[in-house]
Amino acid sequence: MENQRRVKELAEKYGAENCIVIIGGSEADSAALAAETVTAGDPTYAGPLAGVPLGLRVYHAVESEFKESVDADVYDEQVGMMEMVLDVDAIVEKMREIREQYTQF
Amino acid sequence: MSYSVIKGSSYVLVHAPDMVLHNGTTQTTEMILNPNSEYLKELPKSLRTFEQAVNYLPNQVYIGNHKPEELKKVAQPWYDKDVADAKREGKFGEIMPQDEFIGLIKISDVFDLVNLEKEFTASVKAKLTAHPLIKDELVARLKDGDDIADIEHAINDQHAEALMHDGKLVGCVKRAHDVDVNLNAHVMFENLVTKASGILAALHLCAKNNINPEDVDYVLECSEEACGDMNQRGGGNFAKAVAELSGFVNASGSDVRGFCAAPAHTLISASSLVAAGTFKNVVVVSGGCTAKLGMNGKDHVKKGIPILEDVIGGFAVLISENDGVNPIMRNDIVGKHNVGTGSSPQAVIQSLVTEPLDRGSLKITDIDKYSVEMQNPDVTKPAGAGNVPEANYKMIAAIGVKRGELEKTDMVSFMEKHGMEGWAPTQGHIPSGVPYIGFARQEMLEGNINRAMVVGKGSLFLGRMTNLFDGASIVIEKNPGKVEESKGVSEEEVRNLVAETMRDFASHLLKD
Repeated sequence: MENQRRVKELAEKYGAENCIVIIGGSEADSAALAAETVTAGDPTYAGPLAGVPLGLRVYHAVESEFKESVDADVYDEQVGMMEMVLDVDAIVEKMREIREQYTQF
Repeated sequence: MSYSVIKGSSYVLVHAPDMVLHNGTTQTTEMILNPNSEYLKELPKSLRTFEQAVNYLPNQVYIGNHKPEELKKVAQPWYDKDVADAKREGKFGEIMPQDEFIGLIKISDVFDLVNLEKEFTASVKAKLTAHPLIKDELVARLKDGDDIADIEHAINDQHAEALMHDGKLVGCVKRAHDVDVNLNAHVMFENLVTKASGILAALHLCAKNNINPEDVDYVLECSEEACGDMNQRGGGNFAKAVAELSGFVNASGSDVRGFCAAPAHTLISASSLVAAGTFKNVVVVSGGCTAKLGMNGKDHVKKGIPILEDVIGGFAVLISENDGVNPIMRNDIVGKHNVGTGSSPQAVIQSLVTEPLDRGSLKITDIDKYSVEMQNPDVTKPAGAGNVPEANYKMIAAIGVKRGELEKTDMVSFMEKHGMEGWAPTQGHIPSGVPYIGFARQEMLEGNINRAMVVGKGSLFLGRMTNLFDGASIVIEKNPGKVEESKGVSEEEVRNLVAETMRDFASHLLKD
C-alpha cells in the first residue's frame, strides 16, 4: 500500500511519461500483479492505485531491456545469481503481456 | 575451541480454527473493510477439523512422527492426502486441540485476566487432567469457571476479547488497563497465546528428552510478540514468564527479537553462552501467534483449498555443555547479515552461507542438509509466494556454480541431496531455520549425516525502523566424541610445577 502511494506521488510529481518502474518479484504471477498495479491500476482495489491507470513503463530486473542498460559487472554482482534461480522466461512473458496491454508510454 | 551441544528439542502445534476467524489479521482486517465480503461468508466452510489437521502430513513431520524425506515421496498438494498412521502425540511434541489450548491460556494467566465459562472449564479440566504433561498444580489454575453472563458483560461493556470454541462463546480475555493500548484485551490475548504455546513447547522439551527442569540455568525466548506497557512497550520478559510455569525454578531469562531471524540469532547466543561457560543449560523457546492464522486465506478459499494456516506453532531447544555425544553447535562457523552487506539475494546468501563456510574451510557440498525457511509449499504456492525452501536451495546452488564448486548441470541434484521440502506452518519465526534441528540431532546421533546449517532470515523493514534485511546462520556438526579438557590448573599441579622448578634450581646450584 505504501509503495502504491509512493509510485502515485512520484508519477504526479515528475509526470508518468518520465517514470520507469523496475520490479524484482521472484514469481511471474506476483511480478505481473505488481506490473498491472502500476499500469492498469490496483486489480485488488485495495490500495491508492485502485482505479488509477498510470500506464507506466515497467520492467523486471531480469529482462534484457534492463540488463543491457546497466553496468555488466554490477548486474552480475547484484542479479547474476537470481538469473540462474528465477524462471526468467515466464517472468519475461508475463511482463511483456502487461506492457503491451496497459503501458501508455 | 570449546563447543556446546544440542541436548534436545521439541515441536508443538495448536489447532485453532475459531482463532483463524476471530484473531487472524487477514480476517479481522476484512471484517473492518468488507464485513459482508464473499470471503468471510465462504471462510467457515473451508476450516479443517482437528482430525484433518492431525492427518496432514506436514503437521506430522513437524511433530516428528514422519521424516522430512517422506514429503518428497508424496505428490503435492498434500492437503488432500491423509496420513494413515497420524497421531496427536508426536516424537517431538504434539498437536493440541483448541479447547485444551484455551484451558492452557487460562493456566498461563497470572493476572486474573482470563475468564472461562463453567461448563467449558469442567470439560477442559477433565481433558487436561488426562494430559500427561499438565500436572495437577497447573490444572488447579483453571479453578471452577465463571457465569456466561459475567463473560458477556466483560465483552460487551468492558472491551474484553472473546474466546470462541466451535462457534460458541466459552470465555474472554479482559483488558489489563483501561487506557493503555499495550495492555488492552487484544494485546493481552496475543501475548497469552504466545506464552501458553511457549510453555507447551517447554514442557515437551523436558518430557521428550528426559530433562530435569531444575537443571535449566537460563531461557532465551525468540517469538515475534512484545509485552510491556505504555512506558516500555516491549519491556519483556516472555522467557521468564514461560520458565515460571514450566518448572525452571533455577533459571532466569530474557527475550531476543529479530523478526523471523530471531531463532537463528538466539541459537547463536545460547550456544555462545554455554561455550563460554556462562551457563550450563540454556533453553531457546518460542510460542506462536494468532495474527498469522489464515494469513493467505483469501487465496486458499478462492482456489477451493482448506484453510491450512489453522495451527499455532511452538518449539524449544536445549543447548548444553559438550557431552561428547550430542551434535555440537559450531559457534565459530556463524553467518550474519551485516549493515553493509546489501540486500540483493546474492549478497544475503553469501553472508549467511558461503562466508561462514569459508571461515570453516568448508565447501557448500560439505553441509549435508540446509535448514532454511522451511515454509510448507502447500500454503505458499497457491498464494503466489512460490516454494520458499526450494527458492533458497536454488540460490545456494547458484552461488555454488558461481564459486566453481558445482557444475550448472548439477544444480538439481544438489538441491535434491542437500535440500528438503518445507513442512512448517507460516508463523514467521517458526519455519525459519529451526524446524530441522530435531531431525538433525537424530540423524547425527544415528551417524547418517555429519553437518547441517540453520539459516534464518528476517524482514526488519516491517517494523519501519530500518530498511535493512536480516539473517543469521550456524553450523551444527556431529560430535567427534572428544570433550574439551578443563583449561584450569589444579592446586596439585601448581605444587608439582613449583617443586620441579625448585629441584632444577637446587641441582644447578649443586653443579656450580
